[in-house]
Amino acid sequence: MLRKRLTKSLFAGFAIVVFVLSVFPVYWMLNTSFTPNGLTRQQTPSFFPTNFTLENFETILFDEQQTPFIPALLNSLSITLLTVTFALAFAFLSAVALARFQFIGRKTFLVLILIIQMIPGEAMIISIFRVVNDVNLLNSIIGLTIVYVATVLPFTIWMLRGFVAGVPQELEEAAMVDGCTRQQAFRRITFPLLAPGLVATGVFGFIQAWNEFLLALVINARPEMMTLPVWLRTYQQVTSETNWAAIMAGSVLMTIPVLIFFMIVQGRMTSGLVAGAVKG
Amino acid sequence: MMSRLKSLGPWAMLLPAVAVLAVVIGWPLINLIIMSTQEYGRAQVFGAPAPFVGLDNFAYVLQDDKFWAVFNRSVVFAAVNVFLTMVLGTLTALAMFQMSKGFRYLTQAGLLVAWAMPQLTAVIVWGWMFNTEYGVVNYSLTEFFGLDYLGHSWFAEPLSFFAVATIIITWQSVPFVAFTIYAGLTQIPNEVREAAMLDGASAVQRFRNLTIPYLRPVFAIVITLQIIWDLRVFTQIYALQGLGGLREETSTLGVYIYNVSLGGGDYGMGGAISLIMVVLMSALSFYYVRRTIKEAE
Repeated sequence: MLRKRLTKSLFAGFAIVVFVLSVFPVYWMLNTSFTPNGLTRQQTPSFFPTNFTLENFETILFDEQQTPFIPALLNSLSITLLTVTFALAFAFLSAVALARFQFIGRKTFLVLILIIQMIPGEAMIISIFRVVNDVNLLNSIIGLTIVYVATVLPFTIWMLRGFVAGVPQELEEAAMVDGCTRQQAFRRITFPLLAPGLVATGVFGFIQAWNEFLLALVINARPEMMTLPVWLRTYQQVTSETNWAAIMAGSVLMTIPVLIFFMIVQGRMTSGLVAGAVKG
Repeated sequence: MMSRLKSLGPWAMLLPAVAVLAVVIGWPLINLIIMSTQEYGRAQVFGAPAPFVGLDNFAYVLQDDKFWAVFNRSVVFAAVNVFLTMVLGTLTALAMFQMSKGFRYLTQAGLLVAWAMPQLTAVIVWGWMFNTEYGVVNYSLTEFFGLDYLGHSWFAEPLSFFAVATIIITWQSVPFVAFTIYAGLTQIPNEVREAAMLDGASAVQRFRNLTIPYLRPVFAIVITLQIIWDLRVFTQIYALQGLGGLREETSTLGVYIYNVSLGGGDYGMGGAISLIMVVLMSALSFYYVRRTIKEAE
């Protein structure tokens, strides 16, 4: 009896330790971002935002800066949204082809997709940089978008293919027996069932493109074309001697959308996987 | 005619994806191979012809002590990180399996937050926590543990630099491992587990003789992915270097390629190192690719 209670509290303690260690850095980021800069520059840090302030966010959003936040935010938003749109469209076509048709080269294509996904971007930066340079698309929205579409495509195709395969073809066939054409059956039956999968895949693409650092660093290096990760690092380099509170506010602004999106897909992903497993 | 059109149909649907991948991955890959056999520097970027040098770049790289220092450093660093991540992730998964529902949700919520954090912000935030003058880590070590860490600089020497990098990377990798292995644990049939318990197998025996064999494929995939991810680490090292200096002694493969080519202007050499890295990674991912294809078919 005693032993059982002991193991129970042991696991409870473990859970609390894991939780605290996992969450503390995020808490610390928030805490610092809501603390006046002067108070963060003291020997004794304040563990709670007792002098709650929004001045750091005002600094980031409105103050005159060498490397301003708003243009970087707009660059990130445009590039990410364009990337998701095109990647989803292209991946959707591919996924349907791969899941619904048997054709020569199908398996080769699947293997290639996986291999491409494993090629390290770190090794490709030089030659991708050169190709983008050759077509004069360095420091542009289009250039980085095309590169991002290619980097998220393998994963996006793979994931969507699973979702398409998860919708039984019999449903379409039944609709066709009832007088739908093949296209109609797909549009009215399969497509609505795919909507959650499309959302989940799109959100994953969004997170990848939003967070990407290395390619953005190399391809869009000019200050006015930076995306948020490159902006944050540059801002940290310029400001770290004087204003960590503002750097934390910038980090919060960049992190919040990802945190929210991540929580949304996490649920969708698990239910999608479970559904797939049940269908066998 | 009709049947030929039909077999072209799927390829027409693949066309946009194939086109983008060919332009952004395929063409640069060919370029990379060509470039690694050329003397390719700043002048060539601006249009000067690139002399063909055969395998000289590779010969030079493979005899270069600097390259081997970086290579060995990357391997050791990856090994330590993979090991720690796997041990901590497996422990967390096993514990989650035994916990009551409420505490399991608590653990999962925490892990999700760490997992979701963008890599770059994670480095910046941890960098702030390890800040020399005002960092919460130095303060806590001094105040709560009685150690003298006031004004301690974590980035001033390679070993503690890598210790911080390891903390950051493990912190963000454990969630993936824990979730995946936990999912695997829930797949082990209850009857098998109960039978083992009735037979009087201890917890350690059950882990060795039941859990590990059942989860072998899961472990294999997760370890492969971790090795690949930790070997090619870039963002964390690069951003941490921005906090401390010390570039020479702390560069890993990815950062080294960046420094040699885009920093130092020697693209031919960078190309050779890149190609070595591509080959290495492809070899490592062979198992993962084969396994995933098998599962999908």
